Amino acid sequence: MGEITYSDALNHALKEEMRRDEKVFLMGESIRGGIYGVTGGLSQEFDKRVIDTPLSENGFMGAAVGAAAVGMRPIVQSLASFAWVAMDQLVSQAAKMRFMFGGQVNLPIVYRWGLLYGNNIAAHHADRPYPMFMNMPGLKIAIPSTPADAKGLLKTAIRDNDPVMFFEDNNLAGSRGEVSEDPEICIPFGKAEVKREGADVTVVTIAGMLRPALAVADELESDGISVEVIDPRTIVPLDTKTILDSVEKTGRLVVVDPAHRSCSVASEISSIVSQEGFWSLQAPIQRVTSLDCHFPFSPALEHLVYPNEDKIADAINLTLE
Amino acid sequence: MPEGKELYMLMLRRMMLIRKFDETVKDLVQSAELVGMAHCYIGEEAVAVGACTALRDEDYITGNHRSHGHPISKGGDVRRAMAELLGKATGYCKGKGGSMHLADFDIGILGESGIVGSALPVAVGAAMGSKMQNNDRVVISFFGDGASNQGACHEAMNLASIWKLPVIFLCENNQYAVTTSFKDTVSTENVSDRATAYNMPGVLVDGQDVMAMHEATVHAIQRARAGKGPTLLEAKTYRYEDHSEGLNRILREPYRTEEEVEFWRQRDPIDIHSKWLLENDVASQEEIDKVQHDVYEAIGDALQFARESPYPDEADLFTDMFADPIPLR
Ligand SMILES: Cc1ncc(C[n+]2csc(CCOP(=O)(O)OP(=O)(O)O)c2C)c(N)n1
Ligand SMILES: [Mg+2]
Repeated sequence: MGEITYSDALNHALKEEMRRDEKVFLMGESIRGGIYGVTGGLSQEFDKRVIDTPLSENGFMGAAVGAAAVGMRPIVQSLASFAWVAMDQLVSQAAKMRFMFGGQVNLPIVYRWGLLYGNNIAAHHADRPYPMFMNMPGLKIAIPSTPADAKGLLKTAIRDNDPVMFFEDNNLAGSRGEVSEDPEICIPFGKAEVKREGADVTVVTIAGMLRPALAVADELESDGISVEVIDPRTIVPLDTKTILDSVEKTGRLVVVDPAHRSCSVASEISSIVSQEGFWSLQAPIQRVTSLDCHFPFSPALEHLVYPNEDKIADAINLTLE
Repeated sequence: MPEGKELYMLMLRRMMLIRKFDETVKDLVQSAELVGMAHCYIGEEAVAVGACTALRDEDYITGNHRSHGHPISKGGDVRRAMAELLGKATGYCKGKGGSMHLADFDIGILGESGIVGSALPVAVGAAMGSKMQNNDRVVISFFGDGASNQGACHEAMNLASIWKLPVIFLCENNQYAVTTSFKDTVSTENVSDRATAYNMPGVLVDGQDVMAMHEATVHAIQRARAGKGPTLLEAKTYRYEDHSEGLNRILREPYRTEEEVEFWRQRDPIDIHSKWLLENDVASQEEIDKVQHDVYEAIGDALQFARESPYPDEADLFTDMFADPIPLR
């Protein structure tokens, strides 16, 4: 075990899996140089298996489908906000192909999406579109919040035989944590992790929201409030049992999700818990999400849109009133 | 791979199979036994048959909504195809795809896309896979004149060209996208003129002549297998039917003249090939009639098979979603 960054953890997962399976290859824009801080150096070892593409997201996201259909295991890298450009291939081909053709083909593809938000880059770059894909059957979706989860989930994604949307929170890129060097350690999909145990309130967090939630939990501890923090880690499949079990214990739920509010992961989790855990609830469920407006550039405005520690603390307190 | 007479008769048989298959489809739509949309390939048979008879079994094709001719040309099973059209469990896609989405991955038919132009990037990816696995396989991607205006088409052609991929882009220019003439939507005189922009050969072919289609495809395949990259073939062809069966019940304005349709009917691909077989003493009229007879039987058998097959079960809703299944509800 050693402490490494989230980005390095992703890099290690790629390197280990590319060594393990020569069908695995990488595609993306300027990834040989390593523009996103993860793939740099891989081309030295894997050469032709690290492919710089033209700026044709729809084209190469679709090419990944074709390559996977004939036996390769492509990993495609881009920014989450560029997914819109490639929507047709992601949805009409990657997500729908297997079912529509009666299960004739497996599509082992990993689409790696950088989530950039909170860095004054305005609406075109600051996107968190995973809830939209949650609404599209046929895609598995992972969103790691720690270096260990990043590595373990990415390895699972690469070995999985279906298209996986893998969202990487760029705000965590430099965050450090203990990560196993054992190349066989994979984190299974559909297993939430209780990141902090508590008895009074359940807080479910998505991606980068884990850290502010943990900070709030530490703070409230001194006020005698015991907060349980859960990261589902994959939202498709979603480990509803861990969440429902926790709510049964605490009776209160706050979901923190950096996506926009309407039809967010927070919305989905809230609806599941209100339907299946209703009799455990002692207070209305609270959602802490980005507002339903776009991200403004201005530093005076942007931070107002996101969930933050204050908003999380307020929501927790609301459930305790 | 068949050669000589065997090849020429195979071409005839497959063209006739498609013709009879789609004539049957017409009837089934009319009698409402076939629900949903069906796009007939009648009139265009020489395009896919000429092209696919130049392929090996392990080579790949992708196609579009006009989806019956491509798989039959590549040796697909008309029984499973017909069963799919009727939504039966024995169909190619277990009834989950229907008329626009035939596929047979065992013989390289990587599926037909209902989203126009959407299969071109997939074809490029299959060609990438061939190149990376060094297995000498080529890909033909069938698409229409309408699809040629999609961004996906442009991206796919550029990708294939810069990476010198073994793919043949085969534009079936039947001159209309639904009711819109390609002359009003394509900025060049021919779709194949665009090949220059992608630094690949652009070849205009008579799509009613199966021999010409075959020969042009053979050249493109040679180039692809030699590692020289893609080719854009444009087959000038025509569909006798409306865009989809039953559309004439909706259309209010004529978009093409009777004379134009008649002109193309006079250039019927099956007639042209039959005549060629006779004039060159390749086959006798009896032999041609025998093929026709066999084809009628095969399609009759396919229809019976499809009709007698069971529908899928409710439980099949959640099967085939994932290779590594997850809980669904
Ligand atoms: C992206 C997309 N836009 C529109 C349609 C509706 N549509 C289906 S087929 C078609 C015409 C396609 O024309 P072409 O590519 O020339 O093929 P053809 O039908 O002539 O064989 C249209 C507009 C569609 N299926 N997909
Ligand atoms: Mg057309």
